[in-house]
Amino acid sequence: MKRFLTCVAVPAFLCSQAAAVEIAPDAVKIDEMKVSQSLTGATGNAEEGAKVLANRGLGNCLACHVVTPLAKEQFHGNVAPALDGVADRWSEAELRAIVVDAKRVFSEETVMPAFYSLDVGINVRKDLAGKTILTAQQVEDVVAYLTTLKGSN
Amino acid sequence: MKRLSVLLLVSVASISGLAVMAYADPVDDTLTIDDREMIIRAKAPKGHPFDEVLSGWLFRESETRATEADSFANPGMLAVERGEELWNTVDGSMGKSCSSCHNDASATMKDVGAHFPKWDAKARKPVNIEMKINDCRTERMGAEPYKFDAEEQVALTTYIKHQSLGTPVQIDLSEGEMQSWWEKGKELYYTRTGQLDFSCASCHEKSMGKFIRADHLSQGQVNGFPTYRFNTAGMVSLHNRFRGCIRDTRAEMPKAFSDELMALEVYVTWRGTGLSVETPAVRQ
Ligand code: HEC
Ligand code: HEC
Ligand code: HEC
Repeated sequence: MKRFLTCVAVPAFLCSQAAAVEIAPDAVKIDEMKVSQSLTGATGNAEEGAKVLANRGLGNCLACHVVTPLAKEQFHGNVAPALDGVADRWSEAELRAIVVDAKRVFSEETVMPAFYSLDVGINVRKDLAGKTILTAQQVEDVVAYLTTLKGSN
Repeated sequence: MKRLSVLLLVSVASISGLAVMAYADPVDDTLTIDDREMIIRAKAPKGHPFDEVLSGWLFRESETRATEADSFANPGMLAVERGEELWNTVDGSMGKSCSSCHNDASATMKDVGAHFPKWDAKARKPVNIEMKINDCRTERMGAEPYKFDAEEQVALTTYIKHQSLGTPVQIDLSEGEMQSWWEKGKELYYTRTGQLDFSCASCHEKSMGKFIRADHLSQGQVNGFPTYRFNTAGMVSLHNRFRGCIRDTRAEMPKAFSDELMALEVYVTWRGTGLSVETPAVRQ
């Protein structure tokens, strides 16, 4: 929303540059388990992020993680640790790196999918080839939500 | 007020969290079908990633388990009956039924299903019961092969496998090139597919016993196939299940009975060595 307003206020050519700030999946640098820059150049929306987390067609993070503040959503899996208090354990830049490509943070062995990477499994469904699970905006929204998961909530 | 509702949320979550924990392990129970005790835990064969192989039955909820244990309640038994009917039905240009040559299946097909897939010297590859049925239909009856997942194919396969109820799964890897198909199947089992980048092992080995959403992950054993599923109120063939699991990784699905899925069937069947055939098992 804020970015949109900025766009309206400045000349169009600057605006298209602003849009180009979005970092493409193969251009994301993970340094020391961190992605320090926002993928969109802006802060995400935590409320939207919560929806992405729960949505089975998007993050579906609840398939593997319990998230107590989202208890109203049915069926949280326990393949992975609960995300409660995750912002106490990881910085925003680390959380972004985990969501972008958990393999490059934890290990090649992790079962957590890479949500913003094209380095995925073989025989990807044809209509999904070259696409990431989440868009840059959705990753930022998820990261914004994760940063709210502090203390005992 | 606000605090109260927050408290309420937390307590609901911890209750459901507890429920998850309580059911996170396979149950400690025995399974008897038609007065015969099934082997639902077996010592794993050499080279297996687990010490013990476990039937999928151990991971299901109590009503599902009870339905499988009672042949009168098990809707899969209707497929067995339908299979028996087809066994005795004449079809094709040669005027024969399965029973014209194989007579009484309870004698001639006893324990046969427990040892498939088998090396087929003529086809030079492993074949499963579905392929064997089609082979007899085309070569020995002058009948059309069944299409994948035709109701008749699933029913006859269920009927034949059911003649091995209770018999431990044991395939012969020394025949022909079975060993190299096993190797290929193993490679596929650990290959990550699709946009979600899962291998079979991501779910059925690394996450075995855990819940993925509402699903309690088993070892992904094949000893109950074809199985009856409450979800779809019908029978599910093994290659249908394989394809479904692969689809869920957001990958293109290999064709039923393709070399890929046959290699996988050889390897995954071996992973369940020693478990009783439970066909038709019941799943949600
Ligand atoms: C298929 C299961 C799976 C899914 C789906 C999944 N994760 Fe994970 N996640 C894991 C596992 C497993 C770990 C633990 C690290 C490991 O052992 O590989 C993990 C770890 C994490 C961590 C670090 C947790 C901590 O306490 O240290 C975060 C944060 C995280 N995941 C976020 C997410 C988000 C956000 C999503 C959805 C966009 C998601 N995960 C989806 C399996 C999953
Ligand atoms: C004309 C006789 C004939 C008819 C009719 C026939 N079969 Fe066969 N079948 C055979 C012979 C002979 C074999 C053994 C050689 C082989 O494996 O191909 C066999 C083998 C099999 C096997 C493998 C048995 C084993 O121990 O490996 C199965 C299963 C089978 N048939 C099922 C069927 C079914 C189901 C039908 C009816 C749809 C059928 N057959 C009809 C002659 C027949
Ligand atoms: C994303 C997780 C996931 C992956 C990856 C996966 N499966 Fe499954 N599979 C399931 C779930 C969930 C079930 C139903 C519950 C259970 O039995 O685990 C299931 C069930 C099965 C069953 C039936 C088990 C029974 O007792 O009825 C078989 C067989 C199976 N899977 C084989 C495979 C094979 C082979 C692969 C790899 C090609 C595979 N699965 C990949 C999640 C997965």
